[in-house]
Amino acid sequence: MHKVLIVGEHDGKTLNPATAKCVTCAAGIADGEITIVLLGADTAAVAAQAAALAGVKSVLRVDRAENQHPLAAIFAPQLAALAADYSHVFGPSTSFGKDLMPRVAGLLGVPQVSDLMAVEGAYRFKRPTYAGNAIVTVEADPARKLIATVRVASFEAAASGGHGAVESKTLSVALPSHTRYVGAKSGSTDRPDLQTAARVVSGGRALGSAENFKMLFRLADKIGAAVGASRAAVDAGYAPNEMQVGQTGKIISPEIYIAIGISGAIQHLTGIKDARTIVAINKDGEAPIFEVADVGLVGDLFQIVPELERLVGG
Amino acid sequence: MKKIIVGIKRVVDYNVRIRVKPDGSGVMLDGVKMSVNPFDEIALEEALRIKERGANVEVVAVSIGVADTQQQLRTALAMGADRAILVQTDGPVEPLTAAQTFLAVAKKENPDLIFLGKQAIDDDANQTGQMLAAIWERPQATYASKVEIADGKASVTREVDAGLETIEVDLPAVVTVDLRLNEPRYVKLPDIMKAKKKPLDVTSLDALGVSAGVLLKTVKTEPPAQRQKGVMVKDVAELVEVLKKKGLI
Repeated sequence: MHKVLIVGEHDGKTLNPATAKCVTCAAGIADGEITIVLLGADTAAVAAQAAALAGVKSVLRVDRAENQHPLAAIFAPQLAALAADYSHVFGPSTSFGKDLMPRVAGLLGVPQVSDLMAVEGAYRFKRPTYAGNAIVTVEADPARKLIATVRVASFEAAASGGHGAVESKTLSVALPSHTRYVGAKSGSTDRPDLQTAARVVSGGRALGSAENFKMLFRLADKIGAAVGASRAAVDAGYAPNEMQVGQTGKIISPEIYIAIGISGAIQHLTGIKDARTIVAINKDGEAPIFEVADVGLVGDLFQIVPELERLVGG
Repeated sequence: MKKIIVGIKRVVDYNVRIRVKPDGSGVMLDGVKMSVNPFDEIALEEALRIKERGANVEVVAVSIGVADTQQQLRTALAMGADRAILVQTDGPVEPLTAAQTFLAVAKKENPDLIFLGKQAIDDDANQTGQMLAAIWERPQATYASKVEIADGKASVTREVDAGLETIEVDLPAVVTVDLRLNEPRYVKLPDIMKAKKKPLDVTSLDALGVSAGVLLKTVKTEPPAQRQKGVMVKDVAELVEVLKKKGLI
């Protein structure tokens, strides 16, 4: 029997969909028993959401004023203490999980599997290296605890309909004071979240300016899509970094990804490999993006995008 | 602020197209161009800028790897690091081993800051900085896009999924850097000549008391599943028709 502890990500109100994908990943471990742990100032609302995920046996709430903000230095010692009762500890491969999980592994002196993309056994997994150009199968020692971040684009979200038991947990763990939360600035919009959106419209350097990028926002709003950008577009200042898709940005798996003026560098393709359908619009018919696109259209994006916006609106 | 350690990893150059060996035993590395991990260049640049802003600080570049890693450390010295340390080993170095090695170096050197790249572009693990901070029992500030140092503290703006987050950490601390922190300088020829005279010490994992365990055994390496090449459409009307047929819009 394996006991898997999943570190739930949330903002105090809503459980991040990445957590439900971690549950599906953990369910791939035979004889696994799944527990979700939530750290926060008040996790009552998110605990109910976590308990409703199919396959979750129990939900642990660790409510504490210091857990208001997800600081790795604060969360990690609590998770390291909780980990004693589990064989595996999983977190999502989001900026939250990527920051936190290796600190837990470090405290426990055990290895971490980053970006776990397939479960082949309780201690045998696949993960991407070299920007997804080489997939390695790794085996860990069953005698040690195993920490992993789950590549959320590789898994479907667990269904709802579960009835996990919710339990509050008090941990007597001393927390450091050397790390303090100051504030956050989010480019929050009414558009769907890029990481979890079913539809994504994404632009590259060919857009030419931040002003021209607005064209993509209009198209996205018409079809209810999130907006992404290539690293080249971000580096050129056309779009903020939280919109970046690729090896150094977000790895996403939408139903449809519309790449506009994106040539398709391998680092970008890494971020969209799991998209169900890729549409490429580019003036260069030789652009590498067409090698992976399901539907391609060669032409001038400045003519195509407004026309597309008009036609999909009808 | 007296000393900053910067981690430098030797990796396959960013522009090389990786090929997997047909027998699945790894990727082809023979004759492939090797470079400093791009994120580590940004880490070094940030340390150099702190030094150039007038701090009387020594910048020490530290790497773990094969003898040829001296090339990448010379590049770091040419960029402006004051001295370099190579922890030479031929075996694989897992993130936990790297963290333990940096901890051993930190205990000797007592740096105020350790700058590392947020990830290396070969194993894409994104672990070493966080593990080091954990075992050093010091703060971590990952994915930094802005670093301000004052009064024994660092205020670090971090790139997170939702946008930007700012945290304050007491020094010493580990900071891992993201792409937008700065643009690393180009190395000029006179600097390369000067770098040859700068100290580069070679030590070993043994000498530092670190044992390199293989905790994760790589049993197979394979190329990713290829997507099938799709259809080309001639105009927007046909594109919309195809997407509607697929039920996507």
